[in-house]
Amino acid sequence: MFNQFKAAAEAAGNTEVQRFGTNAEAFNFIEGFLKKEEIKDTPGSYAIWADAPILKGVDTTALAAKVPGLKFQVTRELSKNAKIGITQMEWGLANMGTLAQDSSAVEQRLASSLSWIHIALLPSDRIVADLPALMTKMHPGKSNYIALITGPSKTADIERVLAIGVHGPERLVIICVDELGGMN
Amino acid sequence: MKTALAQSIHKALKRQNLAGILDRWNYPATRAKAYEGVDIEALRNQIAEIKGSAAEHLEELAEKFKKSAEARGAKVFRANSPEAVKDYITNLCKEKGVKKIVKSKSMATEEIHLNQHLAEHGIQADETDLGEWIVQLAHQTPSHMVMPALHLTKEEVSDLFSEETHQQQPTDIQQLVKVARKELREKYFAADMGMSGANIAIAETGTLVICTNEGNARLVTTLPKIHVALVGLEKLVANYTDAAPIITALPKSATSQLITSYVSFITGPSPNTDGSMKELHIVLMDNKRTAMAKDPKFKEALQCIRCASCLNVCPVYRLVTGHVFGHIYTGGIGTILTAWFNEMETTGDIQGLCIGCGKCKEICPGKIDIPALILELRRRVASKEGLPFIQKTALSVINNRKLFHAMLRAASIAQKPFVKEGFIRHLPMFLSNLAEYRSLPTIAPVPFRDVFKKINQPKSKTKVSFFSGCAIEFVFPKIGAAIVKVLNKADMEVVFPEDQSCCGIPHWGSGSFDMAAAAAAHNIKPLLADDVKYVVVGCATCATALKKEWPQLLKDQNMDSLVPDAKKVAAKTIMFSELVNKLIEEKKLTPKDGLKLQSITYHDSCHAKRHVGIYKEPRAALTAAGYELKEMFECDTCCGMGGSYTVKQPEISMQMLKRKLKNIEDTGAEYVSAECPGCLIQIGGGLDKSGSKIKAKHPAELMEDKFK
Repeated sequence: MFNQFKAAAEAAGNTEVQRFGTNAEAFNFIEGFLKKEEIKDTPGSYAIWADAPILKGVDTTALAAKVPGLKFQVTRELSKNAKIGITQMEWGLANMGTLAQDSSAVEQRLASSLSWIHIALLPSDRIVADLPALMTKMHPGKSNYIALITGPSKTADIERVLAIGVHGPERLVIICVDELGGMN
Repeated sequence: MKTALAQSIHKALKRQNLAGILDRWNYPATRAKAYEGVDIEALRNQIAEIKGSAAEHLEELAEKFKKSAEARGAKVFRANSPEAVKDYITNLCKEKGVKKIVKSKSMATEEIHLNQHLAEHGIQADETDLGEWIVQLAHQTPSHMVMPALHLTKEEVSDLFSEETHQQQPTDIQQLVKVARKELREKYFAADMGMSGANIAIAETGTLVICTNEGNARLVTTLPKIHVALVGLEKLVANYTDAAPIITALPKSATSQLITSYVSFITGPSPNTDGSMKELHIVLMDNKRTAMAKDPKFKEALQCIRCASCLNVCPVYRLVTGHVFGHIYTGGIGTILTAWFNEMETTGDIQGLCIGCGKCKEICPGKIDIPALILELRRRVASKEGLPFIQKTALSVINNRKLFHAMLRAASIAQKPFVKEGFIRHLPMFLSNLAEYRSLPTIAPVPFRDVFKKINQPKSKTKVSFFSGCAIEFVFPKIGAAIVKVLNKADMEVVFPEDQSCCGIPHWGSGSFDMAAAAAAHNIKPLLADDVKYVVVGCATCATALKKEWPQLLKDQNMDSLVPDAKKVAAKTIMFSELVNKLIEEKKLTPKDGLKLQSITYHDSCHAKRHVGIYKEPRAALTAAGYELKEMFECDTCCGMGGSYTVKQPEISMQMLKRKLKNIEDTGAEYVSAECPGCLIQIGGGLDKSGSKIKAKHPAELMEDKFK
């Protein structure tokens, strides 16, 4: 299921899928990624991380201090000029490489829809086959805002030429974490 | 003097930007790739069932949606008229002090010209979908339902952006998109209200489903504190799970993608960034949709999921774009929706643009018979306003073969000064555009009925009846003679019922169903008079009448007593190539030994391929008869003849022909074959006019000397 998901997600363009066994390895990767992207605390250069199950028990204050330019407050104004937004998704769809999340909390949408790069965490064992399978897991009766995300923000509205990053992310980095699988 | 429509066609044909873009896209191939591994037919059936059943229960679903959405905290307003929608939204804006609105794509708001109305009330509504924003800056309407600015070049977009931002912008598309990102981001944050449409409205849960690639709908429904969604009643489905097939098909059919980048399911309001609750207003708009649902024919159009695939495959749309072919809703389905949502009057002109080739019907994910519905519009306009006098007279004449015959004979003498090698190459003055790209065929000096009398046939117990159709009778009697010759080789004796006349398709295609039924009624008895095994037809258009349309046509015109005989005719009718292929398989026809291999390319006439489903048989028969098949690009795309279409829309018809000729030339074959005299007139005339070496031949002509 994971392999199919990874292939489909990467076929959507400007999308990469990573997989790690433990939360610690995932944090390690993210830290390295933020460093490589030269995150710093100036408009257009910082990263915001929306509340996520993976952060449970993590000292975010210490982490923010360790990585300058990483913020755990997701506000309207901060999201407007963020370079990177990090959120945790709930489900993946193997056939289309799609991510699904209950985005009723506005911070989840702000962090994933305005930045240049969206880092999406996903429990590795929460990949289902397709949309009908997802519909047995997520229901509008319980969630006010269900969001499906596949690849970056894109358009072909000018001369049908593909352009990436219209209003939202031009890159999508999916990090599957095995250790997250046991949650919920 | 050209009519307004003819002028706009002429103008559109000079700008072939959109056609070039559609060509480079290669939609049929990329769509097929997106559907890989999906059972398309099962999916289409599912969608037709879901949407068809929703159309039957519109009122019930609307009330259910209202109840479900309100239970979750949304306000739902049901509006019958565009005025009611506009009043509700302007009053809401006044009440809440809204001055600025950001919009994600909503065809429903365009349908009622909402932006213009809001502007009159001092409210600025900015489109945020890139294409819609470009069209808004250009003060135009969308030329395509999914990609609204496809008719504009990057240079034109650059000019529009330069004007909007008061600085010179580049013409590089990637950079232009970034300009839009910067400009529109400020608008999202400054807006007091976000406005959207919906792709699906789920009654069970009160949910709006919105698909975008750019992510603008997410921002429009997230950043401003008020969200207003304008939703046409046709977007309703009963259950949550009904959304899955639509979400599966829509992006594949619309843009050849597996899924759009973003799909949002919004059910009731969610909190704003300051902790307050969003205000969610959903306006369910009727604007004739209920009336449409009650119409036994047009309820089918409510199965549309707005993917615009009918535009992408339409040979007419690609030439003239939605600015000519449609209004807000464009192309084939747009013609139908415009007639209902706007007014029937404009339809009178637009519906005439459909050539009835049936390409759209084949791929519509909602299984809508778009050409049949456009024909129904034509019928309603014709029965309300009547056909133009000349057209009506012409159609009456062809129902009377003796009179038609006499007139054509007179014409055949009058045409002499213009004739060269069986073609008319130049025509006087006002008719000259008909011979601009294509020589016209001449009327044969001796019609088939007289040619037939002189054919000395061997007697046989197996008799088959031959229905010639007007074109073989008067223009191509030699095709008829070739058909008789081939069938004689299979020990069949051909009878030619003298009382036969036009099959009625020209009347049918003009919306005059009563005259078409009269034509059917006239032919049935003569065709059943002799005890024949088959009724053989060498014209795909006539075959459509005999095999498919007559029984229904007679039934619809309350001529039920003739239906059983019409069905008998239908059961016996067989196309010539279909019969030859069968006879070869049954070893009743054997190709001669040592045939010299020649090459052909085969053009599928619209009627043969999509109305009666005959396309494998002629290829198999011709191959057996010693022809090497060299397939052309777009072998089943219309040649532009379309019966009287070529006379009514000469400019479009000629452009379609030009493309067909190029595809034929590219094969380098010696012959092009088609089992439709109409296509042979168009293609043969085009090849003659362009001085091509390739000859257009009917399969019978190519096979007449090939069997033992």
